[in-house]
Amino acid sequence: MAENNRAVVRLKEKFAESILDVTEFRGEVTVTVKKDGIIPVLAFLKQSLQYNLLTDVTAVDYLGKKEDRYMLVYQLFSIDNKDRLRIKAPLAESDGRIQSATQVWRTADWLEREVYDLFGIIFENHPDLRRILMTPDWVGHPLRKDYPLQGPDREPYKGRLS
Amino acid sequence: MATTEKMTLNMGPQHPSTHGVLRLVLELDGEVITKITPDIGYLHRGVEKLSEHRTYHQVLPLTDRLDYLAPMSNNLGYILAVEKLLDIEVPERAQVIRIIMAEMTRLESHLVWLACHALDIGAMTVFIYAFREREVIMETYEQISGARMTSNFFRAGGLSMDVPPEFEKKVRTFVDEMPGYLDTYEGLLTTNPIWLKRTVGNGVISAEDAIDIGITGPALRGSGVDWDMRRDNSYSGYDTYQFQVPVGKNCDTFDRYKVRLVEMREACKIIRQALDRLKPGPVLADCPQVCYPPKENVYNSIEGLIHHFKIASEGYPVPEGEVYQGVEAPKGELGFYIVSDGSSKPYRMRIRPPSFVNLQAIEKMAKGAMIADLVAVIGTLDIVLGEIDR
Repeated sequence: MAENNRAVVRLKEKFAESILDVTEFRGEVTVTVKKDGIIPVLAFLKQSLQYNLLTDVTAVDYLGKKEDRYMLVYQLFSIDNKDRLRIKAPLAESDGRIQSATQVWRTADWLEREVYDLFGIIFENHPDLRRILMTPDWVGHPLRKDYPLQGPDREPYKGRLS
Repeated sequence: MATTEKMTLNMGPQHPSTHGVLRLVLELDGEVITKITPDIGYLHRGVEKLSEHRTYHQVLPLTDRLDYLAPMSNNLGYILAVEKLLDIEVPERAQVIRIIMAEMTRLESHLVWLACHALDIGAMTVFIYAFREREVIMETYEQISGARMTSNFFRAGGLSMDVPPEFEKKVRTFVDEMPGYLDTYEGLLTTNPIWLKRTVGNGVISAEDAIDIGITGPALRGSGVDWDMRRDNSYSGYDTYQFQVPVGKNCDTFDRYKVRLVEMREACKIIRQALDRLKPGPVLADCPQVCYPPKENVYNSIEGLIHHFKIASEGYPVPEGEVYQGVEAPKGELGFYIVSDGSSKPYRMRIRPPSFVNLQAIEKMAKGAMIADLVAVIGTLDIVLGEIDR
């Protein structure tokens, strides 16, 4: 169970004040930590617990569903122990900034650029925070829930007329 | 007094050896590359955004179009994530056919990689041969799903339909012939002095750097990291098959070439084992909330028609939660992270594309090399822009 997970045990010892929640769903363990504690937690997982591969960095927009609008999601994998761990960090809309994980893994470079591009979350101390998929002059961040599917200034598609 | 200055050269997005719409801004000192700035996004279609507005069933065709050289691998990754959320069991026959098709897809993707990679470096014959073999796989695709590339064949709970009777024989003949074809390619390339000059020592990346940058798949194994998700993080019953995971040691383009060729031989082995296990049986789970009814019920009974209509119009509700499912796609780890809010549409679907992350390594691998070597590096990374830009 989640309490016995090797990472959860060590994280609870070391970062008790940072951990907000530990859950398990379909055999996947998720640890939610405070935004300010994210880099020490990730660095500790990489250096001491062999979570050497940062598989993915992404975000979820919980507009109107949760108190903190954004949730940053880090998927970690340990090649030596062959297990996965998901770390999440909530981010308030008024804040919208988090420390960049590029200081721990270089993988985070483009992945964070994508999150910045599509969600507008600013990564502090990122070496090259530019848009990556959208054009440099694009206005808005498409994966936000309040960004319309059909794009700005266009009528929603109403189906075929004939 | 003569002076020299650096030159900025634009490569792509319409360039035959960037394998799609990749644009690279190169800073050159003579012919030596001093800086590479990749510019991507030319093929961005907003698949992740679109999927939030479609039912789980309607998202499936979008996944074919990610890595269009390996559509069934994308289907598999997505379907496994949805099945994990739904927590449903898939019948044995469907599992086996999925594995056969996933490995056929690996062969297909690697054949296109080999063809284009060799063509980029100047070996045109291999291109013609590899596309001849790819055609057989495309025919199999068409036979079972009706389409050569956009297969859309798997379903949550199994497959869209059973395979035709001639499928088994066709695939068996193909995998029996394939090792001979691989010998032909190796005969043309492996000891070819030009090939060796172009690939040995090209695009070297150490195991530590590769892990730090997040490279997965054959490119990581070429750097000597022994990790294959099919064996170590098994899904769809891969752990019950016998196969070897090839690992390189010199971390260069030649080793990655060798790794992929061995992987193709191993894929044939897996397919042969799977064909032996292919027994008659259902190909769709007995789960009417999620699975479409058989077509004869839809056409001949009102209950069947209502059932079909209900799933087609409303979709099926998926339990609230979040899952991440990765599969060993031909290009690396393809992951689907789905957040469900309990409705019939994904609240958020994140695709973790292997090519996107692997492409980050291009600067590390090609800096200090010549432009011609950059072309070999793009080939050896085996990127597909449909997946990078999504």
